[in-house]
Amino acid sequence: MASATSGGNPDGIKPGVAHSQLLCTTTEAALKNPELAAVASSDTKRMNLYQAVNEALATALSTDETAVVFGEDVAFGGVFRCTMGLAQQFGKSRVFNTPLCEQGIAGFGIGMAAEGHTAIAEIQFADYIFPAFDQLVNEAAKYRYRSGGQFDCGGLTVRTPCSAVGHGGHYHSQTPEAYFAHTPGLKVVMPRSPIQAKGLLLASIRDRNPVIFLEPKVLYRAAVEQVPVDDYELPLEKAEILKEGKDVTLVGWGSQIYALENAIQIAEKRMPGISCELIDLRSILPWDVDTVAASVHKTGRLVVAHEAPQTGGFAAEIISKVTERCFLRMESPPQRVCGWDTPFPLVFERFYMPTMIRCYEGIRRAMEY
Amino acid sequence: MVTIDLPTLAFEVYECDSPSLAVTISKQELLDMYREMVVIRRMEMAADGLYKAKMIRGFCHLCTGQEAVPVGMERGITKDDVIITAYRCHGYTYVRGASVTSIIAELLGNELGVSKGKGGSMHMFAKNFYGGNGIVGAQVPVGAGHAFTQKYLNQQACTFALYGDGAANQGQVFEAYNMAKLWDLPAVFVCENNMYGMGTSSKRSSASTEYYTRAGYIPGIKVNGMDVLAVRQVCAYARELAITGHGPMLLEMVTYRYGGHSMSDPGTTYRTREEVQHMRSANDPSTGLKQRILDNSVADETTLKQMEREIRAEVDAAVAQAKAGKEPAESELFTEIYLKGSEPAELRGRDIEETHYYK
Repeated sequence: MASATSGGNPDGIKPGVAHSQLLCTTTEAALKNPELAAVASSDTKRMNLYQAVNEALATALSTDETAVVFGEDVAFGGVFRCTMGLAQQFGKSRVFNTPLCEQGIAGFGIGMAAEGHTAIAEIQFADYIFPAFDQLVNEAAKYRYRSGGQFDCGGLTVRTPCSAVGHGGHYHSQTPEAYFAHTPGLKVVMPRSPIQAKGLLLASIRDRNPVIFLEPKVLYRAAVEQVPVDDYELPLEKAEILKEGKDVTLVGWGSQIYALENAIQIAEKRMPGISCELIDLRSILPWDVDTVAASVHKTGRLVVAHEAPQTGGFAAEIISKVTERCFLRMESPPQRVCGWDTPFPLVFERFYMPTMIRCYEGIRRAMEY
Repeated sequence: MVTIDLPTLAFEVYECDSPSLAVTISKQELLDMYREMVVIRRMEMAADGLYKAKMIRGFCHLCTGQEAVPVGMERGITKDDVIITAYRCHGYTYVRGASVTSIIAELLGNELGVSKGKGGSMHMFAKNFYGGNGIVGAQVPVGAGHAFTQKYLNQQACTFALYGDGAANQGQVFEAYNMAKLWDLPAVFVCENNMYGMGTSSKRSSASTEYYTRAGYIPGIKVNGMDVLAVRQVCAYARELAITGHGPMLLEMVTYRYGGHSMSDPGTTYRTREEVQHMRSANDPSTGLKQRILDNSVADETTLKQMEREIRAEVDAAVAQAKAGKEPAESELFTEIYLKGSEPAELRGRDIEETHYYK
């Protein structure tokens, strides 16, 4: 296990999002994405992820007069600056601070959305969303069903920063997608990059179902792309194949994508001749079974990685479903590379994380079975 | 029109003026209110019978004894105002416009139900009535959100967010008070104090049982919730303040449920039979209104008896109609989870053959 936790830099890999080949740092690279065909003639602007979120919020506010943004400190720009300038631009009645009361914020947003408003709530950290768990799981998710379709709160989107940041400790690091993935009626989305963040957030805001939008906070400044300035949406419930390969399918989402990218670089160097397919799930609920299953049908091997603890994590659901679909095509047992089943640690964060080395070991176990 | 004087102690106020004690009301409205209270009583008795006959299953919370609160409230506000409450919701569903048939059918879980049989006892809705909510206290911040929208859109309307004396101790109720006052929302918080949070008397659960003062910074009025005219008067008063920019108000309706908390609670283990009997004989809301109708010569005993007989027959007919409803189609299990057209590709049923494909 020593190599798994060293977090070192073997094989001359330049690790991390700063060196990622997956980010579109030129206008040309950004606009050749077929999902952006509708804005293919748009100008682009260099933005990091928090700026892309800010731009999506500004777009939502300017195209939908019922849209309102609220949360703790959002009028001042928010702790990650995602809402900078919005209160000045759109007025204090549309972008406003709430008290520190997550349950109240969620309930308040549900009431507004039930009146037909587009309610965009921010929970300051995903770790703080648990006081609002009842409101989201029992009130928001079931509103449409339990009223026989008379009412819903589809205009509600809850944005919240998630995942590790290097020094966040127990309560500023968690990735709670699996809790919400257990709740029919909700949608759960997590972007990996600025372009993705803008398009997926706009789609989430405009989707008439309540959406939990998880933003990997480590990417707010670290991920930079040329983002189309025009208004665009990216599809919910649709995974994206970031790299095609024939031997093993890797599935991740959010900031984990970059650990998987590096793991692939190591694997393809150390195991000459193999090629890995990398899929960004993007939507955790409902998730794109077809794309993942088609990939595993081709490769016969599957590795799923996420930061949240392994037991009951969303990797379990993916592997279960893919195994149902692809059982006779599987060449090796599906692998999970996840956080350990411990509280998210402060001092041991480097040991806890499913780093590129641990992801590489997952690939190796899948290949060498 | 008749003018009826409320008792001097009808209202106890906190940080605000008292509503007028003189209620001016038409004779017809008095009769309509009496009718509504009797309908709700008969409807709840029918539900009680159907539950005991095992035709209604699951949870069922009856409002027998508390009828004056929904009936008086509806008469004090307008159809544009919003009401949102917890799970003791049948009376509100009725006064907001749902038929007895649709309420009983919802309890029976059939397709004639007000929520197509998919909600049950705790999840009933109507125009500007947002339920019918099962989680203790959860509807209160939702109500604050409704009030925000009304203010934002400059509607001449407000939201009545109801909860019980048990829910009054939920943290999120105080979160909602704070937001409503902070932003001067047209929200009227209504604590229906029926003295018991399930089986615990309010004195044993609440450090202060003066629920109308518990927001501190929000003015409040305590009302005899067994007096339908006092309820009507105070709701109209709170509404007027709310829609004229005076911000939120807290009302405490002191009331009493004759039955248990739910059908699985006999309601006699934590209070005496004598207490219940005393409330029924001394404070019953229908009897109280009936006496006023007689005292003011609005109608005579024979007319009211005739009305009661008619209501009994109407409710019986509604129950028979509700019983004839069919179970919701099996496909309803899979509908209204996501917006139509935005569902996942499939949802699995009990086994793989039952998998439901949306697309």
